Amino acid sequence: MNTVTKPLYKDKIVAQQRALQDPDWVKWSLITIALSFISLFICIPLGLVIVQAFSKGLEAYWSALTQPDTLAAIKLTLLVAVVTVPLNTVFGVAAAWAITRFDFKGKSFLTTLIDLPFSVSPVISGLIFVLLFGAEGWFGEWLMEHDVKIIFAVPGIILATLFITFPFVARQLIPLMQEMGNQEEEAALSLGAGGWKTFWAVTIPNIKWALLYGVLLCNARAMGEFGAVSVVSGHIRGMTNTLPLHVEVSYNDYDVVGAFASASILAALAIVTLILKTALEWKQTNR
Amino acid sequence: MKNNFLTIVFAAVLAALASNNAHSKDINLLNVSYDPTRELYKEYNPVFASYWKAKTGDTVTINQSHGGGGKQARAVLEGLEADVVTLAIAYDIDQLYQKRKLIPENWQTLLPNNSSPYTSTIVFIVRKGNPLGIKDWNDIVKPDVSIVTPNPKTSGGARWNFLAAWGYALKHNNNDEAAAKEFVSKLFKNAAVLDTGARGATTSFVEREIGDVLITWENEAYMVLNEFGADKFEIVTPSLSILTEPPVAVVEDVARKHGTTEVATEYLKYLYSKEGQEIIGKNFYRPTDPEIAAKYAKQFKPLELIKIDQFGGWNEAQNKFFADEGVFDQIYGAGK
Repeated sequence: MNTVTKPLYKDKIVAQQRALQDPDWVKWSLITIALSFISLFICIPLGLVIVQAFSKGLEAYWSALTQPDTLAAIKLTLLVAVVTVPLNTVFGVAAAWAITRFDFKGKSFLTTLIDLPFSVSPVISGLIFVLLFGAEGWFGEWLMEHDVKIIFAVPGIILATLFITFPFVARQLIPLMQEMGNQEEEAALSLGAGGWKTFWAVTIPNIKWALLYGVLLCNARAMGEFGAVSVVSGHIRGMTNTLPLHVEVSYNDYDVVGAFASASILAALAIVTLILKTALEWKQTNR
Repeated sequence: MKNNFLTIVFAAVLAALASNNAHSKDINLLNVSYDPTRELYKEYNPVFASYWKAKTGDTVTINQSHGGGGKQARAVLEGLEADVVTLAIAYDIDQLYQKRKLIPENWQTLLPNNSSPYTSTIVFIVRKGNPLGIKDWNDIVKPDVSIVTPNPKTSGGARWNFLAAWGYALKHNNNDEAAAKEFVSKLFKNAAVLDTGARGATTSFVEREIGDVLITWENEAYMVLNEFGADKFEIVTPSLSILTEPPVAVVEDVARKHGTTEVATEYLKYLYSKEGQEIIGKNFYRPTDPEIAAKYAKQFKPLELIKIDQFGGWNEAQNKFFADEGVFDQIYGAGK
């Protein structure tokens, strides 16, 4: 009896494995499609940016980058990132903590609200701030009387970027913290650790890679945002143009090298982000 | 003794501060302009700065913002602190008075020539060799011609385009408004894209190679030929077009707040000087100074020019053609 059933059983396993595995042609054609799509829509355009940036030689590239307007755009972009990323990191952790550790009325509403900047077109996000703080907006008169400039100045650009990049950190943390549950924290608390200590010694080490990943995405978007910033910027050269806006301005000035030289900085930023992201993912899985 | 010493130090510091103020102030001006003036003001600003430096010793830095004229006026209304505006049409500047009283009602009488230091007109650009044989407005309303123009809702230049076509249609149809409406609606049926500003339309036509004909400012057309070479494009001057008068104004409310009224006014007045008019001519605008205009006259082809007065001025034209539910909305809605 036994001698008959064993091979039968084995056959069944093999058949099952075959059924679960796609034939080779499916595998290879899928791989080819994916790869050609990636090279067509990502690698070639990225390569073109570099080619255009250097089309008039290294010297033209360098002088385009060191123009006062370009330098001002780089500085402004960095300033925006330096202000918005830490703020949104704090907001994001606080929001994720509130949503995953407490039960309260309107929790699902709050979760939806956090996603709002993802679902609203960036142009609308910019217009919201114009309607609030513009000279004809709700607070416009008061701001004018007190000589506070928000729209068409740096604060407006920072506010718009803050709004746009708000979800990145929270969105990375919420699923992870939900999955983790709060047993470890409860254990720490019952062993006598205070709330603050529990947060630093238990929560942070658990979420640090996801947190870093969120910060990275937040930073990439803060530096690359176009739509919302374009609405509130006023496009004053050398003053309120961030790098993405400067790319458009240079392109419309027929300054192709200038436009693509600035674009190459943004592209380089994207590549660095990708490399860091891959490293972080690798760390996370090999923890 | 000690008191005396302090007094002297204090006086010296005051004197130093005062002389510092009197000698070299650093002034910032913001000029909010429309799209095709990028090259013009890029050349004019440093010339004015050195003129002002020689005259007063102050260093003036002029910052520029460019975009579709309607959009730019909107930004100034919403709080973009322009010391001067140099826009495509008087209507857009007039909004600064109508909506927020940022400028006086009689702003257009404050500088010569209705406050327009330069004029221009509307012409066509076609691809080299003029493959479709475009000569005049009636050629570009034919069914198979694809045209590029900015959107009259956001661009002052596009409103000039619209009115030039309307004027041509009126002339050739015994002033029949219904026929003009049909003519212009055919024109916009041929539009491949409606960009927000003149420069966007130029890039669509020149770099993205959309369309057979670009309807644009004369100065923008010559700039394209200059920038991209006459071996790729040709300018076609129609038999009739409109005299475009892009006006300029000091935004008095803002300038007063910034303490820049004097330099801002001089910045605009200097556009009328021989030096300013030369730069204007070199950038393919039509100078208003007769002597300089004569010097640059040969770079433009002669044509019949109608004026905005024929439409009862900008307020009337705006209300009739470009306001919500106006003629443009009627034909563009129907045209689609």
